[in-house]
Amino acid sequence: MAKLTIDGIEIEVPDGVTVLQACEMAGREIPRFCYHERLSIAGNCRMCLVEMEKSPKPIASCAMPVGNGMVIKTNTAMVQKARQGVMEFLLINHPLDCPICDQGGECDLQDQAMAFGFDRSRFLEMKRAVKDKDLGPLIETHMTRCIHCTRCIRFATEVAGVEELGATGRGEHMEVGTYVERSLTSELSGNLVDLCPVGALTSKPYAFNARPWELNRIESVDVMDAVGSSIRIDSRGGAVLRVLPVLNEDINEEWISDKTRHACDGLRRQRLDRPYVRRDGRLVETSWQDAFAAIAARMKGLAGTRIAAIAGDLVDAEAMTALRDLMSALGSPHVDCRQDGARLDPACRAGYVFNTTIAGIEEADACLLVGTNPRREAAILNARFRKRWLAGGFKIALIGEPADLTYKYEHLGAGPRTLADIAAGRHGFAQTLREAKRPMLVLGQGALARADGAAVLATARRIAEGHGLVCDDWNGFNVLHTAAARVAGLDLGLVPGAGGRDVAGILAGAASGEIEVVYLLGADEIDTSRLGRAFVVYQGHHGDAGAHRADVVLPGAAYTEKSGTWVNTEGRVQRGAQATFPPGDAREDWKILRALSGALGRPLGFDTLDAVRARMAAINPVFARLGAPARNNWGAFGSDGPLEDAPFAGPIRTFHMTCPISRASETMARCIQAAAAETRRATGTHG
Amino acid sequence: MTDNAPFAFTHENLEQAKRIIARYPAGRQASAVLPLLDLAQRQNGGWLSRAAMEHVGGLIDMASIRVYEVATFYTMYNLKPIGRHHVRVCTTTPCQLRGAIAVVDACRTALAIELGETTADGSVTLAEVECLGACVNAPVVWIGDDYFEDVDPARMNAILAALRKGEAVVPGPQIERLNSAPDTGLTTLANTVR
Repeated sequence: MAKLTIDGIEIEVPDGVTVLQACEMAGREIPRFCYHERLSIAGNCRMCLVEMEKSPKPIASCAMPVGNGMVIKTNTAMVQKARQGVMEFLLINHPLDCPICDQGGECDLQDQAMAFGFDRSRFLEMKRAVKDKDLGPLIETHMTRCIHCTRCIRFATEVAGVEELGATGRGEHMEVGTYVERSLTSELSGNLVDLCPVGALTSKPYAFNARPWELNRIESVDVMDAVGSSIRIDSRGGAVLRVLPVLNEDINEEWISDKTRHACDGLRRQRLDRPYVRRDGRLVETSWQDAFAAIAARMKGLAGTRIAAIAGDLVDAEAMTALRDLMSALGSPHVDCRQDGARLDPACRAGYVFNTTIAGIEEADACLLVGTNPRREAAILNARFRKRWLAGGFKIALIGEPADLTYKYEHLGAGPRTLADIAAGRHGFAQTLREAKRPMLVLGQGALARADGAAVLATARRIAEGHGLVCDDWNGFNVLHTAAARVAGLDLGLVPGAGGRDVAGILAGAASGEIEVVYLLGADEIDTSRLGRAFVVYQGHHGDAGAHRADVVLPGAAYTEKSGTWVNTEGRVQRGAQATFPPGDAREDWKILRALSGALGRPLGFDTLDAVRARMAAINPVFARLGAPARNNWGAFGSDGPLEDAPFAGPIRTFHMTCPISRASETMARCIQAAAAETRRATGTHG
Repeated sequence: MTDNAPFAFTHENLEQAKRIIARYPAGRQASAVLPLLDLAQRQNGGWLSRAAMEHVGGLIDMASIRVYEVATFYTMYNLKPIGRHHVRVCTTTPCQLRGAIAVVDACRTALAIELGETTADGSVTLAEVECLGACVNAPVVWIGDDYFEDVDPARMNAILAALRKGEAVVPGPQIERLNSAPDTGLTTLANTVR
């Protein structure tokens, strides 16, 4: 601990913090542009100058470590003058285009110029102009506005792990860019826009859309992957205009992935805004009553065993609770939430969640990735792996498809055979896991969604048990999900009951005619062509695969349009908030199921959101506790069986389109085009 | 010669590059970027193509953008093709006071090009540079690896003519003078040193 005096206040701070951090702790705000808590220190903007006793010049507080007995002053005339001078220099080459700049209203430079700037210009020379760069479909650049804080360069290099941005040239000719024109290849590039303290990097899809003070903000949870990042939804006039990250140290720190941020334009396209019924082969608009009547007519007298339901990847726990209760009221055991056919075992919660927790990755010292590409499946979680890897002493190995994960790893093999070798202790990495203090294993859906998935799961469990991955204060066994709804689905028991069919069984039953009615709750990732002649009810928010095949379409609400509960891959129960209203006649999903249950003559036992949530908690007590996931008891899961030789294949081929919302998004389509063009450029196949 | 023309060190230069990299501790091989870029520039006819920069980056496990940053920062790396002789005239204050502008004008007239341009026959590229640190011998002209000091327009013309004809030129002071000793004869220790 070091003791120092800041503006007459004595404060004790831990060794190694900087003067700027100490000032923050003392409640003094220090202006800054280049300094950022999560990036390395650059010390080049000079805005954080403070006065230090015995120093003839002001010091850059962001780069000065605290020392015992330091006397710092942050509000003297010298500091004021120094900051004013720095600000004047920064503004020399900064254009006065605030009225047409998208950063206006949320610009650090604007705010700090108001607080520390001079009220007129003494600069008579020409301002410099810099050519704008093309950084791809997400980032609009106005490089003349750049003040060379280098936050974007440091973010790309350190956090995102793509060394593509740099500062070329020197002095007045210094430019931030990629030198060779190219799109950034990071899944986290949207964060550059948040980091940029000026309007040099702004959001391309959001360009000239709104001013920050016009927006309604609400904090919610992301559903584009199973990470459940904390987000802020900004909307105006019933339209979601943008999604921004919210600080959450346990999950996403202050970053979100590009899909989380930019797929929101998909919420305005391809929407189901009224019920439809198929008549003479065509979907015809209808009313809720008629839609329900059509379903009731088809189900009348039908045995429950001829009815099946599949829950999709984005569905909230409330809707799944209603679906579960409705199906059991109808007497159907054919319910499944595992659209991809992953052989997840709902018997033991420790066997299907990310037990280590995302923040827990930082304590791990060895990691075995099995059948997963976390960069594609959970970009934010991958950033945590990289952060841990950068800190050193973290051995990572991969069994599965080799890919650039932004950190170095040892590629052990492609398929289950290598996994079995490790389980049997025949492989060198088994030794590494045993010697590690905090070893972890991450099982991806690519390893589970296959015929021998249950055996792979059991093998992974044996590795966890045999190599010290699970002990009293550490659980290194992890399943990485790709779907936001999956863990809640398993928690609620949306799996086949006694004699029930799983997704493959339901499809086979539908094809053979044994299943006559299939209820798709937002389920679009199945092969709908295999539904045969079954009567298909699709409830969801987008006109995607499921709705195209459906006989009755019931319009639901997207994640921004309802207050729902989601459980992320860690098993963390989180509640999303409603930012806008569902379009047209669309309704919240649990309400639709509740109304349908009435029309079918089997009314569900809840009428309010609170009652649904009480029911959820009654089914599984985990839903009673929001926030930090409880530790799960270890148990038996998976089942022994023969392992196949086929290599593990990743579940996600294209990062940008994985759900009905992102598939409807124009921005995501542009990202895919840009990524393809970048691949051609990098491999030189464009001639 | 274009930016994308393939580049790889010759066998000889690759050996030299390995020797340069070996000067630095293991894991710090990126420190070799400056001498390696110089080596690449010499092999590539006096300028660094993108391919050359990427080749150097590959040898020392350095991201391409990091190499571009270094190469664009230092003015001694040429990022565009140049002539066989790179004539760089210092025009910073001491040289200017000693007649550097006249030397520049002599070059412009003799070569019929402006600063930053290359003669049509590709023999000479003319440039203006900041202080070369040899002010005592001002004005200074830097050609290839050598300084030509105490240059005046007449000497400049002679040097240029010789260079273009491929004749040998003698670097160093262009007047009767030993290195940077006073050109008016010794002013101190005059009795002790003979």
